[in-house]
Amino acid sequence: MRSLIGRTSPDVMPRDPAPSRLGYRFQRLMLTPGFRGAVRIGVPVLLIVAIATSWYIKPENRAQFVATIENTKQTFQQRPQFMVQAMNITGADADAMTDVVALLPDTFPISSFDLDLEGMRIKIEALDQIKSASVRVGQAGALEVRLTPRVPVALWRDATTLRLIDENGVQSGQILARAERLDLPLIAGDGAEDNIDEALVIFATAGPLLERVRGLVRMGERRWDMVLDRDQRILLPESGAAAALDRVIALNAAQDMLSRDVAVVDMRNANRPTLRMNEEAAAALRRGNTTIDTNGVGN
Amino acid sequence: MGDLYDSQRAMRQMRKAAMQRGVVAILDVGTSKIACLVLRFDGPEKFRSVDGVGSLAGQSQFRVIGAATTRSRGVRFGEIDAMQETERAIRTAVQAAQKMANVRVDHVIACLSGARPRSYGLDGSLNVAGGMVSEQDISQVMASCDVPDYGADREVLHAQPVNFALDHRSGLGDPRGQIGNTLTTDMHMLTVDATAIQNLFYCIKRCDLELAGLASSAYVSGMSSLVEDEQELGAACIDLGGGSTGISVFMKKHMIYADSVRMGGEHVTSDISMGLQIPASTAERIKTFYGGVVATGMDDREMIEIGGDTGDWERDRRTVSRAELIGIMRPRVEEILEEVRVRLDAAGFEHLPGQQIVLTGGGSQIPGLDGLASKILGQQVRLGRPLRVQGLPQAAIGPAFSSAVGLTLFAANPQDEWWDFEIPADRYPARSLKRAVKWFKDNW
Repeated sequence: MRSLIGRTSPDVMPRDPAPSRLGYRFQRLMLTPGFRGAVRIGVPVLLIVAIATSWYIKPENRAQFVATIENTKQTFQQRPQFMVQAMNITGADADAMTDVVALLPDTFPISSFDLDLEGMRIKIEALDQIKSASVRVGQAGALEVRLTPRVPVALWRDATTLRLIDENGVQSGQILARAERLDLPLIAGDGAEDNIDEALVIFATAGPLLERVRGLVRMGERRWDMVLDRDQRILLPESGAAAALDRVIALNAAQDMLSRDVAVVDMRNANRPTLRMNEEAAAALRRGNTTIDTNGVGN
Repeated sequence: MGDLYDSQRAMRQMRKAAMQRGVVAILDVGTSKIACLVLRFDGPEKFRSVDGVGSLAGQSQFRVIGAATTRSRGVRFGEIDAMQETERAIRTAVQAAQKMANVRVDHVIACLSGARPRSYGLDGSLNVAGGMVSEQDISQVMASCDVPDYGADREVLHAQPVNFALDHRSGLGDPRGQIGNTLTTDMHMLTVDATAIQNLFYCIKRCDLELAGLASSAYVSGMSSLVEDEQELGAACIDLGGGSTGISVFMKKHMIYADSVRMGGEHVTSDISMGLQIPASTAERIKTFYGGVVATGMDDREMIEIGGDTGDWERDRRTVSRAELIGIMRPRVEEILEEVRVRLDAAGFEHLPGQQIVLTGGGSQIPGLDGLASKILGQQVRLGRPLRVQGLPQAAIGPAFSSAVGLTLFAANPQDEWWDFEIPADRYPARSLKRAVKWFKDNW
């Protein structure tokens, strides 16, 4: 039987609430702001990272993780709102269209996430015929390609080929025969393509001579020669070519110069235009002069 | 002596560091309870919410953010008796206060009530030869004080200049910049047992705390419970503690005398315990519930159950009348007050202009004590409660906490002590760099 005498005898000390030395130190440590922050934020973060790493380190888990992500991505990207159903190319002629279509994806429908619009634009603009292009996914899931074709302004002949070039001197195609584009002026020579605008001004000045002009030849990468039919050449100066040509036209109009047996009209020195005649004409002239001289001496 | 000054200066540095941290703990190591307050300093006049009475003693620049009290263990007569026990008690108090404040405290300012304080009045004089009194002169006049031989095992706890006199003019608070021939000073020096201080140092160090200041509890309870004009005109504060009763005499806002009587409330309790044959805890309980010092006829009829606590409920139910209890308590309280009277007489308290005596401390809550005290100590006796400080919990505003509250004031703005002044130039070592720097400072 338990004793009836109370357990609270006077020499039993009341409960001592003193913290242990360790507990006291721990509490003080936890009240240190830096440590507390580290525990409150650092430990959970570390724990999460550790758990994630230990899970991710197994290959099957990793594969599953990647597959899940891929799957989710696919499902999202294949939603009908993002599918491109058709394409719509505007602003180009038939050959250019064919070339452009070859550069665009051929399987439709395709997700707009899989389309590299910028890449396509760069590839299309790399085509000779195309000056610029805009590619976008427009209304009702259509791939809209808007093309600006290059407009050739001249033909440029080098050793073997005839190229179409635009006003910036950029090639926009090739043709096999001059007859295909009789409407375009012909230029040739080294550095001709860099001075298209100069050539165009000269052509514009040519006016009445135009039907006789065969082309312009860049000489020494600094000035132009205008070549006419019957192998006549007009040597134009480096600067003031159009003015020099105007003078030639004026001479021609006044004296019908170019229809005579002239081989070269040299306008390089503005103060001293020079004509060179064909050999036969020169010989005939010399003969005529001799006759006159002898006559004169005889008199 | 030099060592102690160094350690006091080190404590002042620590206090400065604590002020910069903004958090400091107050530790009142008493015989019956250990109180810990955590103070947060936020600069002057930060916590004044409403207009009204301005700050008294600068108490508005801090706020109590944590307070805890625990039963004291291992302390007798205000001195540490069992170090481990005391250390555990300090840990308990500090931990609870830290938990309430939710900050970590590293610096602690402590007070102790026992350790046999002894007061000395010192005076020194210096010939300033008609010049202006400089800081250097003040430190030299203090250095010229004739320090008595207070014993090798004692340490100086307080050394405050209480008065400066220049020629015939006395009562100068700050003689710097004044012109005269002879500068004299009066200093009050309080020494205590070195071992008691070392024990306290050790206990606090074992709790991972740094001691940033040390004060006599008689002094700090006087600071908190005497009002300003009492401090100015002269008054004595009697701090009736658990194991010792502190006496401090103030005049012109300086403590001029301090002493302690090695008797207190616990002796009353042990008298009751022995007289009534009951356990100390029961004795303490009936003392606080029913105690008193003046018996009336009614008290003969008021019976107190003191209970044998032997489990024999039928037969062991003792009762005493309240008159009997008072009969046990009164002689001991009278003895304490008589002893205080003796000490005050020895100190020459009757020559002061003000004769106010303020009773504070836990023992001052005995009903009728003021009547008894006025018979023994003189007519002008009142019961004192500590000053109100911001954030102090309701449980800690009673007279038992006057030394803890006084210690907060001590922490907030301590009085200048000897070691706060410049070291006199001739005390520097001859080839010291400090001396060279000082020469430059003084001459350029």
